[in-house]
Amino acid sequence: MAIQTSINGKPVALAAEPDTPLLWVIREELGLTGTKFGCGIAACGACTVHVNGEPTRSCSVPVSDVAGKSITTIEGLKSADGTLHAVQQAWISAQVPQCGYCQSGQIMAAVALIKKTGSPSDEQIDEAMTNICRCGTYPRIRKAIHAATGQAAKAAKSAEGAA
Amino acid sequence: MADNPTAAMQIAAPAKRKGVKRRAFLIGGVAVVGAGLFGISIADSNAAKSAKARLESDGGHSFATWLKIGEDDSITIYSPHTDIGQGSNTGLAQMLAEELDAAWDQVRVVSAPAEPAFANVGLGRAFLADMTGQPAIINGIPQSFLSFIARQMNLQMTGGSTALRFTGRVTFQNVGAATRLALIETAAKRLDVPADELTTQDSHVIHSKSGRALRYGELAAEAATLSLDNAPKLKDPSQYRIMRQSIQRLDIPAKVDGSAQYGMDFSVPNMRVATIMAAPVRGGKLTSVDTAPALAVKGVEKVIKLDDAVAVVAKGYWPAISGLRALTPEFSDGGNGGISTASIFKAQGDLIAKGDADSTAGDGDVQAGLGAKPIEATYQVPFLHHAMMEPFALTAHFKDGKLNIWGGMQDPLATKMMAVDVSGLDADDVTFHPMMIGGSFGRRLPMYMEIVGQVTKLAMQLPYPVKLIWSREEEVAQGAYRPQSSAALKASLTKEKRITAYRNDYAQPESAESETVFPYTLPAVSRRHFAHVSNQQTGAWRSVNSTQQGFYNESFMDELAHAAGEDPVVFRRNHLKAGSRHLRVLDEVAARGGWGSPLPAGTGRGVALVESFRTIVAQVIEASVSEDGMPKVHKVTTVVDAGSIVNPDAAMAQIEGGIIMGLSSAIGEAITLENGAVQQSNLADYPLLKMADTPLVMDIHFLNSGADMGGIGEPGVPPAAPALANALFAATGKRVRNLPILTQAKA
Repeated sequence: MAIQTSINGKPVALAAEPDTPLLWVIREELGLTGTKFGCGIAACGACTVHVNGEPTRSCSVPVSDVAGKSITTIEGLKSADGTLHAVQQAWISAQVPQCGYCQSGQIMAAVALIKKTGSPSDEQIDEAMTNICRCGTYPRIRKAIHAATGQAAKAAKSAEGAA
Repeated sequence: MADNPTAAMQIAAPAKRKGVKRRAFLIGGVAVVGAGLFGISIADSNAAKSAKARLESDGGHSFATWLKIGEDDSITIYSPHTDIGQGSNTGLAQMLAEELDAAWDQVRVVSAPAEPAFANVGLGRAFLADMTGQPAIINGIPQSFLSFIARQMNLQMTGGSTALRFTGRVTFQNVGAATRLALIETAAKRLDVPADELTTQDSHVIHSKSGRALRYGELAAEAATLSLDNAPKLKDPSQYRIMRQSIQRLDIPAKVDGSAQYGMDFSVPNMRVATIMAAPVRGGKLTSVDTAPALAVKGVEKVIKLDDAVAVVAKGYWPAISGLRALTPEFSDGGNGGISTASIFKAQGDLIAKGDADSTAGDGDVQAGLGAKPIEATYQVPFLHHAMMEPFALTAHFKDGKLNIWGGMQDPLATKMMAVDVSGLDADDVTFHPMMIGGSFGRRLPMYMEIVGQVTKLAMQLPYPVKLIWSREEEVAQGAYRPQSSAALKASLTKEKRITAYRNDYAQPESAESETVFPYTLPAVSRRHFAHVSNQQTGAWRSVNSTQQGFYNESFMDELAHAAGEDPVVFRRNHLKAGSRHLRVLDEVAARGGWGSPLPAGTGRGVALVESFRTIVAQVIEASVSEDGMPKVHKVTTVVDAGSIVNPDAAMAQIEGGIIMGLSSAIGEAITLENGAVQQSNLADYPLLKMADTPLVMDIHFLNSGADMGGIGEPGVPPAAPALANALFAATGKRVRNLPILTQAKA
């Protein structure tokens, strides 16, 4: 029995076993590899996607839980014409990534935070941004979130309307 | 910018070989002749020819292996290093493009093929220079011998913070400069003007007098037939346009939109996914396993028994890991079942107490200088895990006698040769395809990468491609850890608050001598290594031995300062040479860090000064302790003298990351053993620093003294632990002598 859901605005029918974590369905069945496997226990956040707009660690959510919901991955942040999301642009300006492996999850968490708070304070950033970055890019993540705030909040509201 | 982690030194000899002076074998029997400059395996002309043919097969013209210029003016640079996110490929490209006067927007960097012709001879040359401390010796070593070393070592290694300071400086700048001269020579002939009337800019050779200009692309074919000048003059730094600029890193755009492809992301049609569990007690073997429970999981196709591990092959990762978890394999313990964290510390302490050192360095009569009542302190640090964010993942496919492997490794060529050994195939039948790496910090050096052998063994017996993924649990429990280590330090002081003698006795598998620089000038110093080997695999962990040695020496210097009743900065100053780089770095960090200025009650300030990989870093940390015992770092001031910097912003990022990794390990990280096995199982019980615990204020300053270029990937790490421990002592009066700090707080 296929599970019906929507990924990055497109409806899909998923063939995976219902207990399969959403992460592996996104990566292996849909071939969207921007969402990363880091720990498998929702500790690191590399697998963060949006489920109905909420930041969600997809390694620990069975795919059966997302039936009928809409999912946004890092691949779905760009606008239709390929323009980067303001948060992605801020990430480049601040030269945030080092190895880059955790950054899809960091960006998804940051987009959700900005959408929720508009212009997050340092305390709100500390509270919401619990994804792990072993390269230690936290100061630049903070800087990029502050830089993206305002213009990013507006963009998040409109671009994420479908999510 | 140079490389993240490392073990430059450990490549020459496997870890744990007691009493062997690493790298030393490289110098034996060296003859003296002239040397080439381009870091290529010219001794092997067939390999060089085939490399050239291979590079030019899709168009363009090859120069000294590392550079190709297309007729469309495209500039392709082949990097023998792996960019782990430290920006080394961008930096190498800046160095070559600068000397070439290339148009930066035409430059791209790709990985050099993992083939012997692309062995990094320049790195071999520089290793020798760095090891002996005498760059001059290098000019007396024949190029053929250097090629031999690089090929013997399968050298495409990234580590030891070597990419820019060695490969860049020794090889890439020369290749760029010499190629520029060949382009000028070609243009002079074509325009029929003297070469000295020509200048270069943005990938053009320009004749200002006649207002004519030729594109590099239209000169390349002919220029590539000329022999390159083997002593090109390099630019004066005042002429730099590309080097020393904070140019945006080339790899970053693909890392913000999910398009970057890491080893974990590779896939080919018909591919299966496997996961694996090795003997929990390292040294043990697989004794039995009932495969039925795994095979009962939907999607599982096969259970494969290896000598010391069991692997489950399935249609995807989820059925593979579900199948593996359904198994109850039995492993032997290889006689290591009695080993624990406590037993290792006990054995290390006993070795030091016995006093029979495996090697000794230093000078002066320490025994006499210490006198009857020296000041003493003992320190202990745990095994540390690299915890890179991308767990191991390699894909292998054996078909029609050929083996292909895809993934990210710190030394692609050595990876290939390891697969050659395990498969028994000819080197020509094995190809390794390097991909992006999701962090490494020293973990992905091939001598520690069991996964290369594992995936090769799986692929050789499977009719389809297989991607082997290590779970995070496997990753944490089967590491190549920073060694668990103990030290006993002793020193004596005069009434004038000066150290008369200083002894550092430490126990761990390998000598730390090749990485450790003790910056203080004292009448008598002794560093004694006591070799202790456990069943754990120990490897290079960002900055290699400098984290533990930095913690020991800089904590003890602080203890001595307090024993002498002297300010810790003044005390250090009094033991540093006047006019030295170390002194300047220390003075600068004290001034910028507000040393001596008032602090809120409960907050303390600590300082530490550590040189590693030829870069001197000092930090002043302000910290307090929360009610729950958690250290809180408020501010870190850092001063760095790396000689000179290729890309200031990328260098800054490396120091930021290094400080955070240093704080993370000091505060919370430890791999512990019980009954021979690692007790930690995932990131939940191996706590890494997060955003909220990262200091809000991190001031970093570069001095750029002009000294020989040092590393940048690693040297930011070592001062963090002692500077924090010293700050906490200042805040609380409680001395931290065992890491991590959190374990102590709870105890």
